[in-house]
Amino acid sequence: MNETQPNSFKTMPDENGRFGIHGGRFVAETLMPLILQVEAAYNEVKTDPDFEAELLYFQKYYVGRPSPLYFAERLTEHYGGAKLYLKRDELNHTGAHKINNVLGQALLAKKMGKTKIIAETGAGQHGVATATACALFNLECEVFMGAEDVKRQKPNVDRMRLLGATVHPVNSGTSTLKDAMNEALRYWVAHPDTHFYIIGTVAGPHPYPEMVRNFQSVIGKEAKEQLFEAEGRLPDALIACIGGGSNALGLFHPFLDDTDVAIYGVEAAGLGIDSGMHAASLTGGTPGILHGNRTYLLQNDDGQILDAHSISAGLDYPGIGPEHSWLHDIGRVNYVSATDEEALVQFQLCSRLEGIIPALEPSHALAFAAKQLPLMNKEQIVILNLCGRGDKDLEAVLPKLDKRGLL
Amino acid sequence: MSKRLATRFAKANQENRGILGIFVSAGDPDINTSIKILDGLVEAGVDMIELGMPFSDPMADGPAIQAASLRAIKSGMTLKGSLEIASQFREKHANTPLILMGYYNPIYRYGVDLFLKDAEAAGADGLIIVDLPPEEDVELCEPSQNSELDFIRLITPTTLGDRLPFVLEKASGFIYYVSIAGITGTKSAQMETISSAVNRIKQVSDLPVVTGFGIRTAEQAAHISSLGDGAIVGSAVVQIIAESDAQNLSTEDTARKVSNFTKSLVDAISAHKPE
Repeated sequence: MNETQPNSFKTMPDENGRFGIHGGRFVAETLMPLILQVEAAYNEVKTDPDFEAELLYFQKYYVGRPSPLYFAERLTEHYGGAKLYLKRDELNHTGAHKINNVLGQALLAKKMGKTKIIAETGAGQHGVATATACALFNLECEVFMGAEDVKRQKPNVDRMRLLGATVHPVNSGTSTLKDAMNEALRYWVAHPDTHFYIIGTVAGPHPYPEMVRNFQSVIGKEAKEQLFEAEGRLPDALIACIGGGSNALGLFHPFLDDTDVAIYGVEAAGLGIDSGMHAASLTGGTPGILHGNRTYLLQNDDGQILDAHSISAGLDYPGIGPEHSWLHDIGRVNYVSATDEEALVQFQLCSRLEGIIPALEPSHALAFAAKQLPLMNKEQIVILNLCGRGDKDLEAVLPKLDKRGLL
Repeated sequence: MSKRLATRFAKANQENRGILGIFVSAGDPDINTSIKILDGLVEAGVDMIELGMPFSDPMADGPAIQAASLRAIKSGMTLKGSLEIASQFREKHANTPLILMGYYNPIYRYGVDLFLKDAEAAGADGLIIVDLPPEEDVELCEPSQNSELDFIRLITPTTLGDRLPFVLEKASGFIYYVSIAGITGTKSAQMETISSAVNRIKQVSDLPVVTGFGIRTAEQAAHISSLGDGAIVGSAVVQIIAESDAQNLSTEDTARKVSNFTKSLVDAISAHKPE
């Protein structure tokens, strides 16, 4: 906010992979040549029409894109303000937005002649998407998943195994997404020649934040076109949840230069920001270096990384993509948060009013919509990224809803 | 090159042997034991100490050093505390080179300029910061050039191609050859592979080359040390600390065990006749 506003918000990162002070390539020397190879290969395909055509083919016939932009009439009526459109990325094959990015990276890995894939996963959605793409493209797949997450996301573990992936439960640290990413990086360091690491979010060393954002931007591009078709105009606001922040940047990026569009990223406030038990890196963190990039992190005064807490395994991460950190610093995107409790209420509400069971992750986005939409007028329009479906969460959520008399 | 490092390499060279470096994590398993362990290393005749500044997420380290970091953090160790241990060490041991090893985040949080100043004041001779490749030199390597601290480069099996001259450009002190593609304390490299890598590095740089990662026995240390200018042993030492900690051994007993093991490495290196 104390920096001058750029002419365009879409020129980042620079050649060193920086988004303002954020981003970069903070990796061990062993990985550096690999990351440079990925960057060179990605720069080649970025403008290659054949690569784009191949990716489009799979997006359309395999994933089922474009995903619908759906006017959620009953939720709109319930919230009593702006019109709510849901971008239905939960209808994608494998049930979340993660596949958009995975197909792009898997095709890139193939092009680079790699036969083996590494991935980290939190909720298991990225792991399932990666296992799926590996089955499709005949690649070996090793997924690293925190032992704690293996327990709370069992259906996704079963899916990965059925798809042929090897799931490595990670017991180091807090046994969640952060540790899974540490372990995936360690594994990559030990297998530099054969393996390609498919990172699941807009974080990690350059070029990953840019590459993942670009593969996910299909969400925002479609939404923009679809809303023009439906309403003949731009939306007034966008809302998406943020763990690492790939679904959010996918929606936001094509709209960044439409400065009349207000943009809201919703972090997980867990038990409340003041409780210290949350995963809101922007709201409650400070800049630091982890997993190859500088970004806002939950950390103590000594620079030790703190445990994140969220009811949603997909948001349970003490960092955030570096481009979000930059958008936060310059004030283009408003970062807000929603608690476990608020997300649970919306999980049930969206199911009952729209017949759509949202994942716990976008339930956080809905929780902010529930507060923001009533403040807007009925002519205004909001697009919310419904980035995943909630089947995977039923085991964890149902007893909690039952306890609250919401079943 | 720092005076202490230069003196030590010259001495080893004169004795026709490589140097022995030992890695331990500052504050592992607690501050007092950690200080006694460092004293014991010097008594055993170690040439150089690599003092780990603990970090919660050490992504280049294997289970042994991860656990050492966590033990140290749990016992209250911080970056500031690590510098205090270094400072106390330097008061007692004027000649043994001390290299600070760690990850960038605690330093960034502490403040780069303040860290350089305090590390220098503590009597450190150099820095090994694992997650700062040359592409990020503007962060710490370049600021460090105004200090007396050497910025030690890591060379790995994946670096040995066209990238080598670029990585070695701003190297000082010595070159740390990471002998395997992998994390600390896991597999070991073949002697022939290390030998050819060290020779390749020496074609590009005049600095001493010290090899680390996967060196577990006195025999390995002696052999590998002779292939270049020295060897660094870490996980094998840290494991002794872990076992002693698990058995609740006294500070003295833990320090003695580590010292005895180090002495066996020192003796093996001295006895080794280069082929």
